[in-house]
Amino acid sequence: MTVPEPETIALEGRPRPAVATSAGASILRPGARQLAIGATLIVALAAPLVTQNFITFQLTLVMVYGLAILGLNLLTGFNGQFSLGHSAFYGIGAYTTAILMNYNVDYYWTLPCAGAVCFVVGFLFGLPALRLQGIYLALATFALAVALPQILKFQPLEPLTGGVQGIALMKPDPPPGVPLNPDQWLYYFTLLVLLVMFAGATSLVNSRTGRAIMAIRDHPTAAAAMGINLPLYKTLTFGVSAFYTGVAGALGAIVIQFVGPDSFPFLLSVSFLVGLVVGGVGSIPGSLVGGVFVLFVPNLAERVSTGLSGAIYGVILLLVIFVMPSGAAGFARLLGGRLARARQSFAKQTTGRIK
Amino acid sequence: MKELTRRSLLAALPAAAALAAIPARAAKNYGPGVTDTAIKIGNTSPYSGPASSYGTIGKSEAAYFKMLNDQGGVNGRKIDFISYDDAYSPPKTVEQVRKLVEEDGVLLVMSPLGTPTNSAIWHYMNQKKVPQLFVATGATKWNDPKHYPWTIGWQPNYQSEGHAYAAYILKNKPDGKIGLLYQNDDFGKDYLKGVTDGLGAKASMIVLAAPYETTDPTVDSQIIGMKSAGADVFVNTGIPKFAAQAIRKAAEIDWKPLHILASVGNSVGATLKPAGLQNAKGIVSDFYLKDPTDPQWKNDPGYLQWVAFMDKYYPAGDKTDAGNVTGPSLCQTTVQVLKQCGDDLTRENVMKQAANLHNFRVPMLLPGIEINTSPTDFAPIKQIQMGRFDGARWQLFGPLITGQAPA
Amino acid sequence: MEQLLQQVLAGLATGAIYAAMALAVVMIYQAIDHLNFAQGEMATFSTFFAWQMIQWGWPYWAAFAITVAASFLGGVAIERILFRPIRNAPILSQLVAFIALFSILNSADGEIWDFNIKTFPSPFGSRPLFGSSLISTHQAGMIAVTLVMLALLYLFFRGSRLGLAMRAAAANPQSARLVGIRVGWMVALGWGMSTAIGAVAGMLIAPVVFLEPNMMLGVLLYGFAGAVLGGLSSPGGAVIGGFAVGVVENLAGTFIPYVGHELKLTIALVLIVAVLMVRPAGLFGRVTVSRV
Repeated sequence: MTVPEPETIALEGRPRPAVATSAGASILRPGARQLAIGATLIVALAAPLVTQNFITFQLTLVMVYGLAILGLNLLTGFNGQFSLGHSAFYGIGAYTTAILMNYNVDYYWTLPCAGAVCFVVGFLFGLPALRLQGIYLALATFALAVALPQILKFQPLEPLTGGVQGIALMKPDPPPGVPLNPDQWLYYFTLLVLLVMFAGATSLVNSRTGRAIMAIRDHPTAAAAMGINLPLYKTLTFGVSAFYTGVAGALGAIVIQFVGPDSFPFLLSVSFLVGLVVGGVGSIPGSLVGGVFVLFVPNLAERVSTGLSGAIYGVILLLVIFVMPSGAAGFARLLGGRLARARQSFAKQTTGRIK
Repeated sequence: MKELTRRSLLAALPAAAALAAIPARAAKNYGPGVTDTAIKIGNTSPYSGPASSYGTIGKSEAAYFKMLNDQGGVNGRKIDFISYDDAYSPPKTVEQVRKLVEEDGVLLVMSPLGTPTNSAIWHYMNQKKVPQLFVATGATKWNDPKHYPWTIGWQPNYQSEGHAYAAYILKNKPDGKIGLLYQNDDFGKDYLKGVTDGLGAKASMIVLAAPYETTDPTVDSQIIGMKSAGADVFVNTGIPKFAAQAIRKAAEIDWKPLHILASVGNSVGATLKPAGLQNAKGIVSDFYLKDPTDPQWKNDPGYLQWVAFMDKYYPAGDKTDAGNVTGPSLCQTTVQVLKQCGDDLTRENVMKQAANLHNFRVPMLLPGIEINTSPTDFAPIKQIQMGRFDGARWQLFGPLITGQAPA
Repeated sequence: MEQLLQQVLAGLATGAIYAAMALAVVMIYQAIDHLNFAQGEMATFSTFFAWQMIQWGWPYWAAFAITVAASFLGGVAIERILFRPIRNAPILSQLVAFIALFSILNSADGEIWDFNIKTFPSPFGSRPLFGSSLISTHQAGMIAVTLVMLALLYLFFRGSRLGLAMRAAAANPQSARLVGIRVGWMVALGWGMSTAIGAVAGMLIAPVVFLEPNMMLGVLLYGFAGAVLGGLSSPGGAVIGGFAVGVVENLAGTFIPYVGHELKLTIALVLIVAVLMVRPAGLFGRVTVSRV
């Protein structure tokens, strides 16, 4: 037991890139990790059966926001491209679903459509973004976020978008024979989509492509020198990121049963950014923590004070940044590292004593 | 949309049958959230976010119910008023309203604020059959008892106000050229539609309809554009900040059109004073509430009552803010409904009584304006009166005008 | 033609608002190498502070001077208390801290001073300038003050040792430290100066747009756009960028048929992004070369 576990070495020894470490940054031993995932899954599967519909609905929204934040994470956390425009992708996804459902397309078919539309928009937006970095890219994506509500309200598009009044949707019923209420059914439906997409994201970042994407983040010039096609990977990442956030928007539209220009303000992009940082930049499970924060912390702040809820929210946010400057994922890594070190020193002590 | 309505109606059938099956109503009949001593009422308001200036409506409502409870409540029951922040974000409104209905178990949701926010919960409330009472928005769609029997409006709708402006213009300046400033959202576009419809065949009188976004720092460009376009009638439908900028800018560039100001921005204290009272002289507007900053009401009993309430129960509230008049007036209308319900405090009876208000007077409504509803009329306040600003106060003139915009 | 002239002049007058704010944006960028999203709210808070003093009967210039000084100290204090402890945190985390600060100040403004618009006096009056109704004395004064601030900043950065030290600290903290510059205090100084400039901008803007908690929401947006358009490393460029945004937006809104009115902000932003395509560091910014 004197030999430290391999992944501990990796954690301590690897130079930390500017943003964060890779997704798989496991803080647990392989067996324990699977156990944790399994336990989370069981809790997730059981939750709607034991809670009220309202809580089920909130948990569904947490997953929706988590998925949207994952989309942003793929772009910002793994590829190092900054975006303040993800509320636009979320909104485009939501409107795609709403418009298609108005034309009597089944809700589950609208998800791939919304994703595809967003992929195309994201990919195209990624092209001009190639020329821009940092704050300049932030402004360009910000323009996208500001433009979307204006375009949705634009008079000539009203027959399609419903203009300022938005579009209301029907809540889908569970398939015949499934003994669930609509809220529970939507929860499981969302959970399924979430699992598939999280699995997809995990295998993406652990693949050759994923390493290329992260290499671009860590050192673009070196990555280019190594033969990575920068423009291709960067625009593709933009597209994939928009795809994820767009599917989240589509799910959000179905869960909320309403889309309107006011549902997708620039502030939504800010919320995603907050969720990303609180959960952990470059951490896939962290995205879900971000979703929890985005949904529940404003409610918490409001409970403390109605008039000053914004201030309370800000204070909570500051505290979180002070305590966990690298987000929940970074915090967990830190704790994990401490734990491992404690375990080692304990092991050393015991072996020493035996000698 | 059609599909939706049909389905919700079908869904309503068994419930209606079940309702009919209930034997003759007992002396006490309680819906959710009602006990012998309390009634739970829910509300959403924007206490944070871009529309937080309207949050004071919710706060004044909470203060009003506190006063009511101190005075003994309604028919001996205290009001438990639960108001949540929705930050003017439709998804948040859905979440908060579901919380009110499913977790807090309120009897009804009263005066949720905003058109997009109310639109988001519209179907939910009607599917769940929870009263969405006296929504704080002036869209026309809330007056649709046939398809949405659980939602009822309150204030005169924006489109009918627009009709009144058009009628005034046609009468006083039939050959005018109109410049119209509107906020690029639901309420601004409703005003635009109301004026356009009201002008009918003469809609081409509008030479420039210029929108602004709430993020625009100024509306100078729009005002200059109207003057350049040769407009001699100015319909100003901005919220106080932009209405005041427009009034001041018009004076600065020496543009003197027939100036019509929409009711959302006609407060003496909140709009005209910042814009400069001398600049506002001659402006025409429409009213349904008493403007608390207008000196003509300073001995009015309704006003004095309101001041006493504000002093004691909401001292932090701004007495120049029209929102603090709207809030208590909304409360008084709700309380009237609850009074009429007596001990039959079910959701069904709440809607029945809300559709059964006759010549009800709210102290801060203009003299002569009364609230009337019926099972086919879900627009409680329909009347407005025009007024002209004389440099110090609004001089009301002409008869009460009843809105003509169709539902 | 007259319409064109009027819209250009009105655009310049509005542009002066953006330019003043863009200057504050560039100042903080010089000091910390990224943007402060809470800058607008800090300026609004400063302006409310001045307004409160004027309400209490203080003379305008006394309130003005005290506000600028207090804002400077406030900026330094915020850096020392809030941002120094997290200076090693990832940039995105610092960004979220700015968002938190934004939320706190915005909410506090509303709670303390409510949401009704307030008039703020102008030291220049608001008479027509030279008898022309196109531009008022206040707007002319605002342009003048912006240009004076710009000149002072230029002299500070080019001519004074302190300014040079601050630039060095922002450009290359390690090397600056080696030559004996107290980098931490340079950052704090930058915060103080940008907050003070923001306060001046706020007090100049408030007479035009009216004072209320969300006063700076749109202004900061346009100020950012102006600063980015002009180039964040160039104070002069940022000022020109601010004016340009004001003019372009007015012209787009007035002269582009059909879509101009409803989409003028979108069009202005698209134009800016298009410019950035050609000049990725802004019109007057320096392109930084990255080394391997």
